[in-house]
Amino acid sequence: MTTDAAGLGKARASAFVLPALALIAVFLIFPALWTIYLGLTDYRLTGLAAAQPRLVGVDNYTGALADTRFHTSLWLTVLFVGGSAIAGQAVLGFTIAWILRSRRGPVRRLVEGVVLLSWILPSSVVAFLWIALLDRSGGTLNALLGTPGFAWLLDYPMLSIIVFNTWRGTAFSMMLYSAALENVPPSHLETARLAGASVPQQLRDVVFPLLRRHILTNLLLISLWTFNDFTPFLLTAGGPEGRSEILPVYVYNVALRGGSLGAGAAISFLILLINLIMALAYLRLLRGRRRSQEAAAGGPPA
Amino acid sequence: MISLRDLTKTFPGGVRALDGIDLTIGDGEFFALLGPSGCGKTTLLRTIAGLETPTTGTIAINTTDVTTRQPGERDVAMVFQDYAIFPHMSVADNIAYPLRIKKIAKAERLAKAREVATRLSLGDLLERRPSQLSGGQQQRVALARAIACHPTAFLFDEPLSNLDARLRLEARTFLKRLQRELAVTTVFVTHDQAEALALADRIAVMDHGRMIQVGTPAEIFQRPATPFVASFIGSTPMNLLPGKVTGGALHVAGAVLPAGALPDGSEILYGMRPEYADLALDEREDGFPGTVAVLENLGTATLVTLEARDRLIQVLVPEGDEPPIGSRAWAVPRQRRALLYADDTLVG
Repeated sequence: MTTDAAGLGKARASAFVLPALALIAVFLIFPALWTIYLGLTDYRLTGLAAAQPRLVGVDNYTGALADTRFHTSLWLTVLFVGGSAIAGQAVLGFTIAWILRSRRGPVRRLVEGVVLLSWILPSSVVAFLWIALLDRSGGTLNALLGTPGFAWLLDYPMLSIIVFNTWRGTAFSMMLYSAALENVPPSHLETARLAGASVPQQLRDVVFPLLRRHILTNLLLISLWTFNDFTPFLLTAGGPEGRSEILPVYVYNVALRGGSLGAGAAISFLILLINLIMALAYLRLLRGRRRSQEAAAGGPPA
Repeated sequence: MISLRDLTKTFPGGVRALDGIDLTIGDGEFFALLGPSGCGKTTLLRTIAGLETPTTGTIAINTTDVTTRQPGERDVAMVFQDYAIFPHMSVADNIAYPLRIKKIAKAERLAKAREVATRLSLGDLLERRPSQLSGGQQQRVALARAIACHPTAFLFDEPLSNLDARLRLEARTFLKRLQRELAVTTVFVTHDQAEALALADRIAVMDHGRMIQVGTPAEIFQRPATPFVASFIGSTPMNLLPGKVTGGALHVAGAVLPAGALPDGSEILYGMRPEYADLALDEREDGFPGTVAVLENLGTATLVTLEARDRLIQVLVPEGDEPPIGSRAWAVPRQRRALLYADDTLVG
């Protein structure tokens, strides 16, 4: 058995892979390393340290880890991911996909169209629409609810950006779950129905076990995207008083508004580490599931 | 007992899947719904199960009207063509699933699963995953799950069609014996006429959402009510030859046969099973003449196809009696086995 299926030989095969590796090195690995290096300096946007940054060791990292503003920001990000990605997009997306699964025709196309539209519109446009909706004076929501002068973005900044991001990103989960639900054999659901299973029982006993891998993959993707999402900045800019300052916004505020590029780079690197840990945790869940299935299937065939 | 009264199902878009079905299935009866694909047999089964809602009509199980009840409230168990075994559960958990939904204690339901599994020779496989089972074993797990909850009726949707040919015959015998022992009313859907004839106490032959004929396998096989039923039943297709009564005799495809009570001038369709004809190599007035065109060896017999002027006639001859290809031969129908149809109804 040969592993050289294409018959290219090592040299030519490497030549084909090289351009891709070069691009990854230039645009992914180098910036990551550069971020680590910057995080070790007192590099600033302006002033003396901008011209001659000095190495300060791990001061930026220890500083960030000891900073309550970083802790608050991390907590807000966890809330943001949990609220808008997991509880929002994943749950809402699954619910829509489940309700629409057996429907055809105009209702389905309309819902899918509207949901998809909110996903493909540019962030800046969407942010403008939401500011128009939530605005204190003359906002559409206040007009609809009859609550003139209510400042949604000031009084409920986290809730606002969670609802906003749920609305914005549900399409992906909905489409992923729609496709996954197509793979649930109707006879399995019908067997459960004939046994007298309620809808929650059907979901627990038939649907979720079959969709486990889809669900985990979807949660991994949307968690990472939401964790790194900067769009809420366009609505609240992290305010008021940092009450919606999620990590990407925090980095922006520290590095570009505050000018501390070194500290910003250090925080960025910490975010990178958190992302890595999340990804590894999900992959472990996925792999653990696969391994236990393989172990179960490993017995002698009948 | 299952009673269906004036059952009609019209799907959105106007497709009439069921058209005025009236049927009573007796206690403990093994009842087959037979027909070509798209005839409405599966829709009828699913309507009894409650998975489809009838447009009009009523369904009663043991004199209780269940027309508007949910599938889970009808006390019926269904076995699907793909068996619908849950891949993430062990064999024992699969069999015990309906009992788990009925909130029966774990020890009790697993004991019940073990009992049923042992009966179906699955006793050693209880801890296995479905992916480790053969097709025949999976089919028995699906049966065991249906049996374990003691339903009033079993509904089988082509339960044997995913098995290979030899296993299917074994499973058929097994299924018939099991149904006898359990004596539970059973409705099963099949497109395989041999399966229906072999298994059922009674058969309903369906076409275009209607029941064309209901009867015992013997009745359906010997006296098919219409040319459609006649051509659908039987392992070799029936010869259906147009003919006409003139001068007191029936003229069909070159043969002259007694017309019986049929009046002069009637146009009829003459039905003759290949099994109910003999092949003669000398000229016969009461035989259909033709040239031997094809010989198909069926093991204990050979199916001979005669090429007549404008049609093909098939006759089954015992092994060793095959005529040479290209020879002239006459297919002679046996007395009282022929079927005469006028205007799609049996007249003699």
